[in-house]
Parts: sequence; C-alpha cells; structure tokens
Amino acid sequence: MAARSTRTQVGTGVGFVLVLVWCLLPVAWILSLSFKGPGETAAGSPQFLPKVWTLQNYRDILGFGTVTPGQENTHSDFLDALRNSFGIAAISTLLAVLFATLAAYAIARLEFKGKRLVLSLALAIAMFPVVALVGPLFDLWRTLHLFNTWPGLIIPYMSFTLPLAIWTLSAFFREIPWEMEQAAQVDGATSWQAFRKVIVPLAAPGVFTAAILTFFFAWNEFVLAISLTSTTQSRTVPAQLSFFVGPDPFNPPYGLLAAASVVVTVPIIIIVLLFQRKIVAGLTSGAVKG
Amino acid sequence: MSAIAKAPGKPVVSDRARAENRLGQKLVLPAVIIMLLVTAWPMIQAIYLSLFRYRLTTPDDKAFVGLSNYGTVLTDSLFWQDTLNTVIIMVLTVAVELVIGFAFAMVMHRIVFARGAIRTSILIPYGIITVVSAYAWQFAFSLNNGFVNAWFAWLPWITPDTNWFGSHWPAMFAIMVSEIWKTTPFMALLLLAGLSQVSEDMIEAAEVDGATWWQRLWKVILPNMRAAIMVAVLFRALDAFRIFDNIYVMTRGAQDTESSSFLTYRQVIQQFQLGLGSALSVLLFLTVLLLAYLIVRLFRVDLAQARGEA
Repeated sequence: MAARSTRTQVGTGVGFVLVLVWCLLPVAWILSLSFKGPGETAAGSPQFLPKVWTLQNYRDILGFGTVTPGQENTHSDFLDALRNSFGIAAISTLLAVLFATLAAYAIARLEFKGKRLVLSLALAIAMFPVVALVGPLFDLWRTLHLFNTWPGLIIPYMSFTLPLAIWTLSAFFREIPWEMEQAAQVDGATSWQAFRKVIVPLAAPGVFTAAILTFFFAWNEFVLAISLTSTTQSRTVPAQLSFFVGPDPFNPPYGLLAAASVVVTVPIIIIVLLFQRKIVAGLTSGAVKG
Repeated sequence: MSAIAKAPGKPVVSDRARAENRLGQKLVLPAVIIMLLVTAWPMIQAIYLSLFRYRLTTPDDKAFVGLSNYGTVLTDSLFWQDTLNTVIIMVLTVAVELVIGFAFAMVMHRIVFARGAIRTSILIPYGIITVVSAYAWQFAFSLNNGFVNAWFAWLPWITPDTNWFGSHWPAMFAIMVSEIWKTTPFMALLLLAGLSQVSEDMIEAAEVDGATWWQRLWKVILPNMRAAIMVAVLFRALDAFRIFDNIYVMTRGAQDTESSSFLTYRQVIQQFQLGLGSALSVLLFLTVLLLAYLIVRLFRVDLAQARGEA
C-alpha cells in the first residue's frame, strides 16, 4: 500500500509538471515572441527567447510612445476591435444569461409541455455547424441592415450561447433546495415572487458561471465575426487579428500579432485566475452530472 | 418532484398545474424564439436558396435549377477531398484528445497539492481565442521563426529546414496540434467529472482481489465512466467536425488542407456563390445531423442518464 501511494504520488507529480508544460508552453512562447522586435523576426529568430527584449510591438499595437513607421493605423484598428469585442461579448452575455435563466428555471422547476423539446432544441443548436448559416445570414442581414453592426453579431451569439447557458443553469438549478421556494409559496408568495426573491439569490453563483462561459464563447467566436462584418466599426478582435497580414504575406508581423494575442489573452487569464473553481464546476455540471 | 405532487386520484389537470404549464412555456419562449430565429429560419432559407443558381455579384441571373447544385457539389472531387480532411481531423484529434485528456483527468483527480494551479493552467488553453492558438502554433512551426525545428531536429524526419506548411501532411499535423492543444482541456474536464463518479471502494476492491493497474483501468474505471466518455466524444467530435478557425489562420486552405466548413465559407463569402454555397450548407448540416445520430446510436449515449435525470 505504501509503495503504491509513493508510486502514485511520483506519477502524479510528473503528470502535474507535464500538464503545466503542455498548457503553458505555447502561452510562454507567444509572450516571448511579443518582445522580439520586427528586425529580429524579419531576420529569422528560431530561438525561444528574444535576443533583445523590446516593447516596440506593444507600443505599435496600443499606440503609445513612438510608433514604427508603417504601423500608424494598426493601433487604432486594434483598439476599435477591442472595444467591439468587449461591447459585443458583454451585451450578448447579459442578454443570453437573462433569457437562459428564465428558461432554465422553468426546465428545472416547473412541469410543462414541451420541456423535452426545448432541451433537445438546445442540444441540436449546440451542435449546429455555424458555417452553414453564414450564407443565409449574410443575405438576410444585408436586407435588414444588420450587416456590419453590433446587433448583427449579438443576435447570433445569443442563439449559440443559449444552449450552453440553459444546460449549465438547469443543472445548477436542480441543486437548489426546493423547500425554500415552497416555503415562500406557503407564506403566500406567487410562483413569480418565489422565483425572484428566493431562487435568484441562491442561483446567482450558477448564473455567474454561465455568464463566464458565454463570455468566453463570444470573445472567441470567429466564423460569424469575419463573415458578418466588413469594417472596424464592428469587427471583433479575432477577425481583426486575421487581417493583420502586413505588406509581405510570406513574412507576417510576428511580434505585432504576438503582442495583440497577449493583450486579448490577458482578460481570459484574469477571469480564469479569479474564477477557476466556478468555471470547472460549470463546464462539468452542464454536460455530466453525478 | 412534481410527479410526487401530482399524486394519483387528483384531477388530471388542476388549475395549479395549468398555471405552471403556462408559466413554464412563457419562461422558455424568449430563449426558444432567439434560438430558432438565427438557426431554423436561415436553414430554411438555405434549403430554398440551394435550389437556385444565385450569385450575389449577378443577382439578375438568379434562376431555379432544382437539385443541380447538389449534383455539382457531390460530383466535385474538391468536396470529397475536404470532407475526407475533415473526417481525418475529427477522428485523429478526438482520439488523441481522449488519451491525453484522460491522462490529465487522472492527474487532476489524484493530485493533492496545487489543485488551483492545475485548474488554472488547464483552463488557459480552454479560454484562449482559437485564432491566438492558431497563430502561436503557426509561429512555433514557422521555418524562420519557430522553435519546433530547432528543438526537435534530433528526430530523423525533422531538420532545421523542415517547411511544415509546404506540403499536405505536415500542414495537417500543425493544424491538428493547435486543435488538440486548444480543446484537450474541455475533454479533460468532462472526463474528470466522469472519473469522480467512479467509486474508490470498487477500485480498492479490485486491487485487493489482485487486479493489476492495467486491469483496474480497463475493467473497473473505464466501464464505470462510460457515459461521461461518450458525452465528451459526442461533443468534441461534432465540434472538431466544424473546424474552421485553425485552418483559416494557419494555411487558408493551402496544401489541400481545406475542411468542409472552410469550403462552405469560401463559396459563400469569398465567391458570393449563394446557391452553391447554400447547397454546401445543407449538406454540412445533414452530415452533422447524421454524425450526431450515428454517435448517439453506435455508442448508445444517454444524455439524460449522464445528467442524472433518468
């Protein structure tokens, strides 16, 4: 027994290091790349760390200090894209979570006709090939003047995040002690009052987790972002990044792209650091629940 | 719960039950409308458009052509090449992720120290933008600026001059590495949830009975987390089948690395072939539907059971 537990511990320790290396190496790589100057990457720089550390890429991408000639517009485009990404992700998250909360409450708490249908629909949409919608949506959005606007992305983002939010939330809501709601109803509260006054405070952590997962989706989405936008008026960061090709297609601006990548990854890392426990709980409870 | 409330002998539909039914439907209605608005309606539109010769650049030339768009697509070797690529990517990435993801789940399950640190690091690839992951790996594999060639030059088939994006298989490999890196955490977390449902007593009992580590894994642990594995495979397989971002960033479809999603995108957005593109959309949709059906039937995935609803 003692021998086994020592072996298991050594194995786990080795595994721990491997998991860390696997997960963090590409992040360290993009971080290191972001400090390599344009001259160094143009000349070829296969070593992991920069020969000379420079903040020039961050200056170019965020527009402070002296900007490299030829990159004058990069920062304003990138900052526009950041603004779009934050705005679109935040609004989609807010609305999707609001509607998902109502739906998940009904699914977890109430008996009504069509419950199975709603869950199946959510599942089907979670698996839907987004690209299949690009053509018709492109056509439809141009007719409705939603092409290249914030709502033009917010509406589909809501549709595609609702399934995940509904599944996660209904799993959370099942864990909430029912008796408290019934107690409120015995005390004369209506179903709606019981929902608002009793369940909402208890459900807040689950709602919050669903919001994080929704935000990640909207922040990451790429297919619709490049198909339904045409200018920096509504282009989000992932789409904008794919347009940073620079003058020479065979020699992309490595450092600049790396710096931009680091900037958009910072919010994700902050969210993960603060809420890792909640995110793991949300991801696992939505799909598999013990 | 409410099955108990509706005990036999009560009237079948009480006022209370009717009110509950109405409230329930009212609460799910907005979500259902939003979900259908952007999926069902455009899908119907796609089916309709797929029957026309319709190019956005020449809208006056729009004409009903019946099923001939489908004929064009299904007899095109590019369509089959791209479908094959997509299936290869799906099968290989899901298989590799299943192995690595299970190893990760084991480590996360057994670890007694630094649980927060491991959770945080595993969530970083999950949260990172796919486009960023694609760039990170594209640069890592880059000929002039990548570390992969320098680090792995000791392998017989890698030299400092290996051009990963110069031919089909190396480019596919790079794409799959990025896909696997980004999505393994999701797989690992779903498997971790399954792993924590396997009772420790059962594993101990098997060990007392003299089962080796390998036997415990295959006879006790894996069969008991079957539902979790199947759900993870279902979700990941259908997600991998839609692969687009990595290919767009890393190769733009060069070296025959196009996927079905990429082909559809290219027809619609770059070539404005709405008729032909819609036929591709409908075929893609049907393929995903078929795939979901096959996985659910073949592996008998029971989502309700996996969610503890059965």
